[in-house]
Amino acid sequence: MSSSLDQIFIRIKQLLLAPLAGAPDWVMQIASALINIFALLGVFLTLFAIISVLERKILGRMQNRYGPNRVGPFGLFQPVADGIKMLIKEDIVPARADKVVHFLAPILIAATAILALGVIPYGRNMTPFAIDGGILFFFAVGSTTELAVFMAGWGSNNKFSMLGAMRAIAQMISYELPLIITTFPVVMVVGALSPDAIVAAQNGDSFGVLPHWFVTTPWGAAAFILFFVSGLVESNRTPFDVPEGESEIVAGHMTEYSGFKYATFFMAEYIGMFAISGLAVTLFLGGWHAPIRGLEFIPSYVWFFVKLSILLFIYIWARGTLPRTRIDQIMNFAWKFMLPMAFTCIIAAAVWHYAGRGVAGWFWSLAVLGVVYIALSILLDTRKRFATRTYRFAE
Amino acid sequence: MIPTLQLFLVVSVTLFSIGLLAALSRRHAIFILIGIELMLAAASLNFIAFWRFGPQPRPPTGVMIAIFSIAIAAAEAVVGLAMVIAVYRHYRTTNVDQFDRLKG
Amino acid sequence: MNSAAFVVIAILTLAASLAAASLPKLIHAALSFAVAFIGIAAFFFLLGAEFVGLVQVFVYVGAVAVLIVFTILLTRRDVQDTGKLNWGGAIIAIAVFGGLLWAILKTSALSIAAPQIEALTVKRIGGVLMTDYVWPLQCVGLLLTAALIGALILVMEDRNEG
Repeated sequence: MSSSLDQIFIRIKQLLLAPLAGAPDWVMQIASALINIFALLGVFLTLFAIISVLERKILGRMQNRYGPNRVGPFGLFQPVADGIKMLIKEDIVPARADKVVHFLAPILIAATAILALGVIPYGRNMTPFAIDGGILFFFAVGSTTELAVFMAGWGSNNKFSMLGAMRAIAQMISYELPLIITTFPVVMVVGALSPDAIVAAQNGDSFGVLPHWFVTTPWGAAAFILFFVSGLVESNRTPFDVPEGESEIVAGHMTEYSGFKYATFFMAEYIGMFAISGLAVTLFLGGWHAPIRGLEFIPSYVWFFVKLSILLFIYIWARGTLPRTRIDQIMNFAWKFMLPMAFTCIIAAAVWHYAGRGVAGWFWSLAVLGVVYIALSILLDTRKRFATRTYRFAE
Repeated sequence: MIPTLQLFLVVSVTLFSIGLLAALSRRHAIFILIGIELMLAAASLNFIAFWRFGPQPRPPTGVMIAIFSIAIAAAEAVVGLAMVIAVYRHYRTTNVDQFDRLKG
Repeated sequence: MNSAAFVVIAILTLAASLAAASLPKLIHAALSFAVAFIGIAAFFFLLGAEFVGLVQVFVYVGAVAVLIVFTILLTRRDVQDTGKLNWGGAIIAIAVFGGLLWAILKTSALSIAAPQIEALTVKRIGGVLMTDYVWPLQCVGLLLTAALIGALILVMEDRNEG
């Protein structure tokens, strides 16, 4: 019974494809891909709508106020109101803007964000496009986002947009390195780039309670924290939202976009958030596996979305709590701290593997990480050292 | 038309000559770089087409050459663009016809 | 191998590269260049080398194209190329094209269809990279480090000493 509930979406898809049973191979492939795409878009666009109102309500509660609560019960129809507002706004394009580039930029950003969602396993047998180099596909598509951000900044023919775009690209390129390098330990230990294989390798548990997820190992925990922070930066979320800092450069590369195009940028940012959280769940938190063996009757996709929701809550929590960092602080952090720690995670993973994957491996890899962390803290000590204060009084 | 090896080679040769056109007939330094990158990509396409259509099973030599060529092309693009920036700082132009201080 | 896919990708790639070679505004040419490389990556997918296709998108579109647009931004004096075409270059390109095309069409041994192939997995590429090609791998690593340091030194601004 529980396994049929688990595979219910697969059964529905097979039911939908049954009328095409006699068709040639390529028709089946295209039909199957189309069903996958529509299901993906349906789920994630709904999730985007829900998250946009939930975020404002959670932020409001953290700031000791109600969030939006006028439209519908508890304000939950706010996305509908927002959508209607965005659609009926006048679409203003600057007169001397590069029309083609200005038009294509939001489309490209949204397209790359949605493409990245296609390789994440959402449940048992539920990866929309299971290709052999899935993780590489995710990062290849993610790196195309920078080009789209540049197009947005350039196409607006506006100095603030250009400045915002350059800052955004500098930030995204700097943090792409820790993002990708922290996935190397996982790929190394599993031996495959395919997300399905990575989730399958996190099967099983010790003593029935401690799951074999990679986040329960020291290198996995460190890599998860680094990956998560890099994900925060890649999606331009506070505390790293310098590119769209409202008090500094209006809306950065999105300044000259109004109405539906702005909504597309907004949607692309949230879908990027979903994609990175989804990948973090896949790589470190065990994908669609249940934490303890007793809870395995709950379907796999429910577990995936529960873990995804926890990560999204942490994103929103960070936004409500932390102030914005300066751009030079962001760059320093990336190149001087996160990159060495990311490389250390690779070494710690190798140490864990070769010391047997048991308790001894755990302690040795924790030692490697601890030594490097302490060394970096001492070397990068940026506390100001003040000279002793001399007081001079008029005599 | 069923894609035979000849068809892939025709596409690769067309790409190569378009890259050659860009590299030889434009005056802006960055255009020339774009042309060179197109030529390199056409050559990688050639290698992989020959690997795919050759007698199987065989070691993935063509694929490895393509991977290394992509890495080397990236390195060369980085250095080339750095040179364009450095030259621009002195000459304030990127028109290659005007880089003629060493002439004569 | 799908012939419809081949025709579509071929048209996309050749049109984009022609645009990259001939558009007067530099930014449009750089963006068409990115599209041309996505087309070439699609060719690699069609030929069964998916890993190379993904690396191509990653390196070229994600890094080289971004570098090119940044350089265009930093060297902004003449964003447009002069309109006149250099006929010498065009003639050489057409001559090379004609010669190579004649050579290909003459060689009848090349009109063969694709044989069946076992899928080239990333594991196999990794294995080959670490056994047969480990020396080229180390050399490429060294080359990339040298290129990185060299590029940094080239664009570092002269600090005023004193």
